[in-house]
Amino acid sequence: MNKASEVRLINLGKKFGEVEAVKDVNLTIERGDFFTFLGPSGCGKTTLLRMIAGFTRPDQGTILFDGVEVNDIPPWKRDVGMVFQSYALWPHLSVFENVAFGLKERNLPKAVVQEKTLRALSMVNLEGLERRRPSELSGGQQQRVALARTLVIEPRLLLLDEPLSNLDAKLRIQMRQELVRIQRDLGITSIYVTHDQEEALTLSTRIAVMSKGHVVQVGSPKEIYENPKSQEVADFVGTSNFFSGSVVEELKDKLRVRTEEGVMLAVERQPELPLGIGSNLLLNIRPESFRISDADEVSSGENRVEGVVKTSAYLGSLVQYEVEVSGGKRVKVNLVNPRKKSLLREGERVSLTFSSEDVIAIPFGR
Amino acid sequence: MLRNKLKEIDLSQSLIFLILLALLFTFILYPLIRVLYVAFTEADSLSLSHFINFFERALFKESFLNSLSAGLMAVIFGSLISLPLAFFTIKYDFKGRTLIQTLGILPLVMPPFVGAVALQLILGRSGVFNLLLLKWFGTSVPFMEGLRGVIIVQTLHYFPFIFLNASASLANVDPSLEEMAQNMGSHGLRLFRRVTLPLMMPGYVAGILLVFIRVIDDLGTPLMLNYTKMLAPQAYLRVTTIGVEDKAGYVICVIMVVLSLLSLWGAMKFLSLSEYAMVQRGGAGTPISKKIGGWRLVFVLVFCFFVLGVSLLPHLGIFVLSFAKVWSFSILPKSYTLNHYVEIFFRTPHFVKNTLLYCLLAAGIDVLLGSVIAFLLIRGKVFGKGLLDAIATMPLAIPGVVLATGYLRVFHGTNLPFFHQPLTSLWIILVIAYSARRLPYTLRSCYASIQQIHISLEEAALNLGANRRKTFFRITFPLMTGGLIAGGLLAFITSSVELASTIMLVPRMEYGPLSYGIYIYMQSAVGRGPGAALGVVAILLVATGTYLVNRVFAGGSGTAFKL
Repeated sequence: MNKASEVRLINLGKKFGEVEAVKDVNLTIERGDFFTFLGPSGCGKTTLLRMIAGFTRPDQGTILFDGVEVNDIPPWKRDVGMVFQSYALWPHLSVFENVAFGLKERNLPKAVVQEKTLRALSMVNLEGLERRRPSELSGGQQQRVALARTLVIEPRLLLLDEPLSNLDAKLRIQMRQELVRIQRDLGITSIYVTHDQEEALTLSTRIAVMSKGHVVQVGSPKEIYENPKSQEVADFVGTSNFFSGSVVEELKDKLRVRTEEGVMLAVERQPELPLGIGSNLLLNIRPESFRISDADEVSSGENRVEGVVKTSAYLGSLVQYEVEVSGGKRVKVNLVNPRKKSLLREGERVSLTFSSEDVIAIPFGR
Repeated sequence: MLRNKLKEIDLSQSLIFLILLALLFTFILYPLIRVLYVAFTEADSLSLSHFINFFERALFKESFLNSLSAGLMAVIFGSLISLPLAFFTIKYDFKGRTLIQTLGILPLVMPPFVGAVALQLILGRSGVFNLLLLKWFGTSVPFMEGLRGVIIVQTLHYFPFIFLNASASLANVDPSLEEMAQNMGSHGLRLFRRVTLPLMMPGYVAGILLVFIRVIDDLGTPLMLNYTKMLAPQAYLRVTTIGVEDKAGYVICVIMVVLSLLSLWGAMKFLSLSEYAMVQRGGAGTPISKKIGGWRLVFVLVFCFFVLGVSLLPHLGIFVLSFAKVWSFSILPKSYTLNHYVEIFFRTPHFVKNTLLYCLLAAGIDVLLGSVIAFLLIRGKVFGKGLLDAIATMPLAIPGVVLATGYLRVFHGTNLPFFHQPLTSLWIILVIAYSARRLPYTLRSCYASIQQIHISLEEAALNLGANRRKTFFRITFPLMTGGLIAGGLLAFITSSVELASTIMLVPRMEYGPLSYGIYIYMQSAVGRGPGAALGVVAILLVATGTYLVNRVFAGGSGTAFKL
């Protein structure tokens, strides 16, 4: 599909009464991107999506499709396909009629409508269900109909508003893979809205993390997870252990930081973080970065923290511990593949080691 | 298997069930069966001869067609008023929207026969409007003559049923269903025709059929306008003037029941489909209505206020008339007086008193019956729930004339023990008729309020150590009181303006309630003033009741009048 569009949002803003739902959003969504707006509920992500679809008028700013402003183009002329969270399948129409709706709106000949509709249904593996009513389908099937109905008109842009949130966990993962397959096959520019960070990380080529109407960081899933630019992003994407501290020593390629709890940590020196001695930092260590060793075992890791196991939760594929380190601070530690190892007991002393590369440094005040 | 089944049956519940069944049978089903029996037999053997006679007589045939066409016209004109009103007030957001929604149900708070009198004053041959036309243009328009007048009054009175039901189903259409269609390239009238209209259809059709049932049922309007070539007045005249032995009256009754039953069946059929429009709401609290301005706003406002202005004319007319000393052949009354109110409150206070007595009793009986029946239907462990439900709902399709005819047939000849006179000679017959007629409304209200009490709320109480009786009084009953009060109020207000069964069953003048009083007063020119004053009292009663019902229901305006 070479109809796929590039989308640019310039200074986009929307107020509902006194509430600023979306503020100063500037973004470029490349052709063929699988772009995700990720954020907690009420962060403005759905409003942003609805503005792109044309259901909500922006109060300020511009929306460009392939460099052409679409602000004044009504939804029915935008040629974008949207999949609603509720699926919005028309209950008075059959599966076939639902999918064929957009084609009929475009006054295509009957034979073409027939052929395209059936092809779209087979793309989502729904052959043979054409005559059913939406109410006679399972949640997953309804979801596929909604997708087929949107894709059949070959829109220049695919918008998805939390489309998987009404499915159970297994089905959600299956639909995720299918969504990725179809999107990559068609090469259609897609914008996805979700509050589920795991979904965002697995599906997207790029993610915009949103908070209180703002876009706080844009990047690939790897960049967002491994290099969050603020506490907000780090906190929302993945689980974090935060330490605040200040730089006490500068080495060639490392910084030594003393945390408020009095722990000394080595941090990779990053060119984009010009930090001198005395500057304040927020450090973030992901739970999976820790290695656990017995308290008295000598470790070769660059950073080492002593602590006592306070809680443990066995999840099968991993064990989650809470370890109290000095200053009474509790850190979350994940131990993957606990199969052969014996589990730590609550109250047991451990030492946690982790590489300086696993410490994510975020400058304070950001 | 059978033993298990038997174990599930509660004996004391079964006893109550049987008592209820006997009551409902005596006062609802049996009178109806007697009417059917008379209509379908000739010298005690089955026969259709009365029906053949009916359709061979020009007057009856005309009455039949008139009733049908009045129903049809009221539906068509009512739709022309209601659909735009519903669409504008649901889909557009503008100042005055709530006012329009509220004013839109006001026509219902007036008994139609009162409205008929008032409209005579305004649109009749020597009414205000025609006097003005004569004065300015030297011509007049016979609005209120014959069937036309009946249709105008009924349309203006009953259109809110369509308005309310259409609004409700329109508001229930998930906005994302329309947005999706826009997203697919549909908009404007095409969007309305392909998506919105089919989705709101069930509620709209239910509203239409409700209007149709009411028009067939309505005896007061044709009588007040002195136009008797319709089914209800024909049945009334046959039974009251020729007597309970006249077969033609029964045949008309059966035809009316059949028409109502068909409409009711259709309405329920359609309404059961209506839930399909209510898919879960989309995520982001999508607004259903959009702001409008400019010439569209002007158009909407002009339309709404013109329509509502016209439909509220009767209220205005009756109000003015109740204070008018003399008001004939003049645009406004020459002088005003409070005498009419003195008359109805001090000289003939029994009309108001009787209404309060009868309707409170009827409402009480309905609440008691309604809540017990509803409880049995939902939580009861007895056989034959369906039968109970069916008989209790049946009065919806039994026109007042028919029920009254049935009562006369069944109870007229037999003296009650101790009273030494027939039931039809006691005022209690009116209470019974009202209770029977309004039971379906109260039952539905009670049913709904019990149904929304999730069984787990009761189980939680049982689990925490409360026994069944305590659970009922501390959990179930408090939770259902809202529905009970609403159901009782509903029975009260609709009974207080019931005319059809009243004028047929009132045993003696001094037993007559308000509606009867209005009817009697309006027969003479001097009585119009006090009649109007009674009308104002009726309007106030119904308006207060409606307001309270909506407060209790908390479901916005007009919940009580939706099917």
